[in-house]
Amino acid sequence: MGEAFSELMKRIKAGKFVYTGELEPHKSTEIAEVVEWARTLKATGKIIAANVTDNPQSVGAISSLAASYIIQKDAGLEVIYQLRTSDRNRLALVSDLLGASLLGIRNVLALTGDHIKKGDTPQSMSVHDLDGTQLVDLIHKMVYEGKDLSGNEIHGPRPQFNIGAAGNPNFEPVEAEALKLERKAKVGVDFFQTQVVFDVNTALRFLDAIEHLGVPVLIGIFPPKSLGQAEYFDEFVPGVRVPEEFLEKFKKFKDLPDKKERKAKITEYNIEYFADFVKEVQKKPVCKGIHIMAVGYPEVIGPIIESAEKG
Amino acid sequence: MIVTKEKTLEEILGFLTPHKKILVVGCDGCTTPPRGLREAKTYTMLVEMSGKLKNKNFECKATTVAKQCDNHDCATTLTPQTENVDAILSLACGVGVQTLVEVFPEIPIYPGQNTVFLGSQDRDNATMYEKCKSCGDCLLGETGGVCPVTRCPKGIMNGPCGGCVEGKCEVPYEIRDENGKVIKTIQKDCAWYQIYERLKKVDRLDLFVKYRPPRDRIVSGSPRILEGV
Repeated sequence: MGEAFSELMKRIKAGKFVYTGELEPHKSTEIAEVVEWARTLKATGKIIAANVTDNPQSVGAISSLAASYIIQKDAGLEVIYQLRTSDRNRLALVSDLLGASLLGIRNVLALTGDHIKKGDTPQSMSVHDLDGTQLVDLIHKMVYEGKDLSGNEIHGPRPQFNIGAAGNPNFEPVEAEALKLERKAKVGVDFFQTQVVFDVNTALRFLDAIEHLGVPVLIGIFPPKSLGQAEYFDEFVPGVRVPEEFLEKFKKFKDLPDKKERKAKITEYNIEYFADFVKEVQKKPVCKGIHIMAVGYPEVIGPIIESAEKG
Repeated sequence: MIVTKEKTLEEILGFLTPHKKILVVGCDGCTTPPRGLREAKTYTMLVEMSGKLKNKNFECKATTVAKQCDNHDCATTLTPQTENVDAILSLACGVGVQTLVEVFPEIPIYPGQNTVFLGSQDRDNATMYEKCKSCGDCLLGETGGVCPVTRCPKGIMNGPCGGCVEGKCEVPYEIRDENGKVIKTIQKDCAWYQIYERLKKVDRLDLFVKYRPPRDRIVSGSPRILEGV
């Protein structure tokens, strides 16, 4: 593990269990809603930093760099600036990273990114000059050697980034995923954040498989607001499986005629399910935190964390 | 082999309309499916018949060469046949067309094919699959004989990416009609998953876990030349 530059990394190094959130800028000229959600996350007092997505699902949106800067400035919440290689060659990546350094960004999540064909501009060219692992390599060289991948020197003080990368606990076989993450560890990743996982045994198996890498892991969770959302994850999000018992519960809630009661039951169950989930994964020393992707569902965040902290 | 797909007759007629005497030149080289003398003869009939329907009388002759990408081959075989020819319709790949242009700079030359990729043939399913991008920096020795440059839609060096589920790629093959409309999609195997399986089978997972640095794009940057051959 490299130096700790960000608050997130400082806390992880200090042995604290951390929670991160997610912010998704859209194809829009307005960002007030996203900043407001960042303020909500910060107000929980539990979320230490939030990811700012970069053209998620290859749908063009506000630059994650611009959004990251505005969020840190206006909401006072540390960001994890997501950067994908799908849309930029290594020249553009260096350029954006130097800009990010100037704008006070301290965490970067290095991603390969979804294929362009999956998004709203499938006719475009998919760049992928680098992949996510090579982007980790690039950022590491910039931070620790003051150079880019071609060995060109970067003038001025070296950028101070902590480097995150993605992992997928749902991948089969888990041994292949562990070997893949070993490559990312070799080139200097500071922390892993994972794809959404619902099944606690899947998360535990993953944590066991990568424990030897010694890289802190933040497991991704997504408390769904409705049966539709849970089913969407089960059917459409690559590799994500929602346990049958979870879906069954949500199906029962759907039958409740009173909307308010239904919502309350769903929230109550999410809190119970995910607090237990967090307690279990927390037992694994390599698990240093949780990445909560609960966009527009603030009422579950605080209670899940508080309930998990009670032990 | 170099896989080609025929252009629409409408597009070909669009090229040929200003001309009358057409030499249709096949290629007996690596173009697949075959585009030799038999196919050249078929094209002469198609062009003449379609022309007649539009009140246009083309006079077509068919011929072929061993390898249309060989300038000597083209010069010796075709020179005697190009007298009084207004235009040439080539049935070869894009390399063949461009070689003809260099050998016969004074004759208008048009492609009859779209060159699609370097592929292998699955005879059982009558399907061609792209297998090589001729990147000039062959990685097959460390990827279990499966090319990630060609067979991974992202061409990544350290896969699989997050889009691999149960060994399948998130980006399907798309079969399109002549208007570019997708008429069929086929879920394909993830190249990096295949690389993992293959290397595991031959007990070389040490190659899988190896970090592959960014590619030197200079090596594959077009146009390339190779001297002394």
